[in-house]
Amino acid sequence: MYDVTIIGCGVIGASIAYTLSQYKLNVLVLERENDVATGTTKANSAIVHAGYDPEPGTLMAKLNVRGCAMMEDLTRRLSVEYKRVGSLVLAFDEADRATLQHIYENGIANGVPGLEMISAEKAREMEPALADTVVAALWAPSAGIVDPWGLCIAEAEVAVRNGVTLKLRSGVSAIRDLGEHYEIETASGTYESRYIVNCAGLWCEDICNMTGGAPFTTTPSRGEYYLLDKSSGNTVSRVIFQCPSKVGKGVLVAPTVHGNLIVGPNAEDIADPFDVSCTAPGLAEVATAARKSVPNVNLRDSIRNFAGVRANTNMSDFMIEPSKTSPRMLQVCGIKSPGLASSPAIAEYAAEQLEAMMGVKFEKNENFVDGRTQVRFRKMSPAEKAELVAKNPLYGRVICRCETITEGEIVDAIHSPIPPCSIDGIKRRAGAGMGRCQGGFCGPRVLEILSRELGLDRKDILQDKDGTIIITGETKTGGAKA
Amino acid sequence: MSYDVIVIGGGPAGLAAAVAAWDDGCRSICIVERDRELGGILNQCIHNGFGLHHFKEELTGPEYAERFVDLLKQTGVDVKIDAMVLTITPEKEVHIVSKAGGYEILQAKSVVLAMGCRERTRGAIAIPGARCAGIYTAGAAQRYLNIEGYMVGKRVVILGSGDIGLIMARRMTLEGAKVLACVEVLPYSGGLTRNIVQCLNDFDIPLYLSHTITDIQGKGRVERVVVSAVDEKRNPIPGTEMEFDCDTVLLSVGLIPENELSRSAGIEIDPRTQGPVVDEDFMTSIPGVFACGNVVHVHDLVDFVTAESQRAGKAAAAYCRSGSPTSETVLSMKNGDGVGYTVPQHIRLDDVEGSVPVFFRVRAISHDKKIVVRDDEGQIIASFPREHLAPGEMENIKLPRVLLERAHGGLTVSVE
Repeated sequence: MYDVTIIGCGVIGASIAYTLSQYKLNVLVLERENDVATGTTKANSAIVHAGYDPEPGTLMAKLNVRGCAMMEDLTRRLSVEYKRVGSLVLAFDEADRATLQHIYENGIANGVPGLEMISAEKAREMEPALADTVVAALWAPSAGIVDPWGLCIAEAEVAVRNGVTLKLRSGVSAIRDLGEHYEIETASGTYESRYIVNCAGLWCEDICNMTGGAPFTTTPSRGEYYLLDKSSGNTVSRVIFQCPSKVGKGVLVAPTVHGNLIVGPNAEDIADPFDVSCTAPGLAEVATAARKSVPNVNLRDSIRNFAGVRANTNMSDFMIEPSKTSPRMLQVCGIKSPGLASSPAIAEYAAEQLEAMMGVKFEKNENFVDGRTQVRFRKMSPAEKAELVAKNPLYGRVICRCETITEGEIVDAIHSPIPPCSIDGIKRRAGAGMGRCQGGFCGPRVLEILSRELGLDRKDILQDKDGTIIITGETKTGGAKA
Repeated sequence: MSYDVIVIGGGPAGLAAAVAAWDDGCRSICIVERDRELGGILNQCIHNGFGLHHFKEELTGPEYAERFVDLLKQTGVDVKIDAMVLTITPEKEVHIVSKAGGYEILQAKSVVLAMGCRERTRGAIAIPGARCAGIYTAGAAQRYLNIEGYMVGKRVVILGSGDIGLIMARRMTLEGAKVLACVEVLPYSGGLTRNIVQCLNDFDIPLYLSHTITDIQGKGRVERVVVSAVDEKRNPIPGTEMEFDCDTVLLSVGLIPENELSRSAGIEIDPRTQGPVVDEDFMTSIPGVFACGNVVHVHDLVDFVTAESQRAGKAAAAYCRSGSPTSETVLSMKNGDGVGYTVPQHIRLDDVEGSVPVFFRVRAISHDKKIVVRDDEGQIIASFPREHLAPGEMENIKLPRVLLERAHGGLTVSVE
């Protein structure tokens, strides 16, 4: 019997698991896919919003500003890449200027630190690549950029290391409320739990429907992106937004913590929450909008297009409260942007809600070990590199040449608390395949290392989710006989 | 540790450069190769057709590589394999890391860049569609088949008609896969004519020119692609869609010289070739740093890589003996009508012995034309008739010193 079962291990589920692992609780995390961080968490703008967008007084406003303030310390503890680069919202005409004024006032009311309305000249001085057509800008120094899947994986790893049980490939098919506890039927078996946290992202509504019905409706909204080579990574050094509209925060141009440039997203309502296809019109829309902010953005430097799906609902605010139909289930629903930025604060707030629901004050887990370290060879000085390789020669073999990722880092990732089974799982943990050749050179070698370390046949190593088969058989003379 | 010449890369370019430097009398040479064997991409090119120019016989890729590895064994060139160069400083310090040797800093008098090229990816050309598995660059698929011994699919559509894609069409077919189509956005193929004939026509694989993939569908793995005809501006024409049920897409959509090390060392890069700007001896903008092979410009034939690399290796050895060339007259080379780029980009006239080979690609297919070299005053310096010109086949001309001496200012190469 678990005390709490968290459904979904995106950045919200992982944050909550990480927070709850600091207490004496028996916690289970159920994830449908073969890895954590595979939904909205892995495909988004990777921005830690400052908190000027949400309307004052909302939960969203409070948790965004608080989450943004928590991010620097959290990411340092967990060895997750993060940079407080600040953001600019651009105005191109008088209507935009009025919007800027509105979000500036929002930001002040929300307690966003350091907000400043600046002139177009000042904005171009800060960011010379900005368009001549910019008439004013809002400067928010507290905004940042983060590795979103890295944050989710780190939080989940620390949770698991501190005793949280994570079950992958465990999509929930039914929930039975037996009064004192729930029976949760999943693809990997049935689990019993006193409380449930529903943070299934795009599938929150489905979970609600297993427990008496959903108080909201979900409209998946897809956003497409370009990711540009590191040679374009310095095009801008801050997050460049346009004025927000009803459909979202608009197309941004921003550096990533990995040194690339991210351009996107558009916003398109779609029927299938799994549909992460890119489209020619969608990419064209992104390109046109991006050039409005940064006319010389060099999309020929693109190394990858991708799309993410937002868990938009008909609620304007986050919903973090006990279910009306099943009161031992905590709803953490409608977590759209700025969900990533808010995630640490959402977890803190969710824990408080759970305490209220249970009518207890959680007892600290005195065995809790916080923090995580990760070797990042490419970030070391020559002397540090020399020392590391002398200690463990595996760090001397570079497998991913674009990103300078060593075999040692890949082996570390494979033997981490949540072992990946796919090439993309390695990419999200170690960074191999993130670069300009997109795994063309290192893919076969990562596959070989995964197969060796996990003791699996090479044919069983996946690209990403279940079903993403890489090798379909042997050649006529074939197959590397290990 | 220090060497006279350090060669970065042990593929065909690096091997030829190292052997040539040795043959020129240099006795302190090191090749640094990141893979576990010398030979570079030739090792996975198990088809024949290599060496017709250089060896006057037809070899497979591994055989061609072996010839040079054998020559290398007769020299005293040091080889570091499974070793990655992390940085080259403008002072010619080469930082390398390997499992066997740890972190090493080698000092060179001269460096030869021979890192080769990489394939353009799906992201580089923004192919729409699902993010499913089963999409490989042709070279990555070639490695899986020919080095690892694994098949990557059963029903294949190939996008792009570059040589590796064409070779893989035949290879996948021979291994029992069904290659449904080769789709090329341009109105002509980017590959060699002999590969179109031997790899597509001989196996009845249709080549759709002026077509492109407009959608890739599939959940886990590719299930279907949509191919459409394109207009002159390469925009898809609605109503021309064809669907192919397939589980694999191979991309053969171009190669890019791999110059991240060159850039970080501060070497001037030519935006046309995406390789270093070089002189007739393949010296880059940093004196004593040379570049050769696909890192300079993408070749179709390894034989030309060899010839160019021998020249670079010999020049690197000469540099170690006598330092920078001192030519007072430098002729800049420009690409005129119908020509995409030239290599070299400039010629140090006083250092030219005999003649200078000039390599370039034309921009379009044409027949019965002349390649004309003019100086800055419009005077024709040389003219070479050609029956057939195609962007897929690299052109070369030889400019003798006696003709170069007549030039005023720079030289422009055009198709007329």
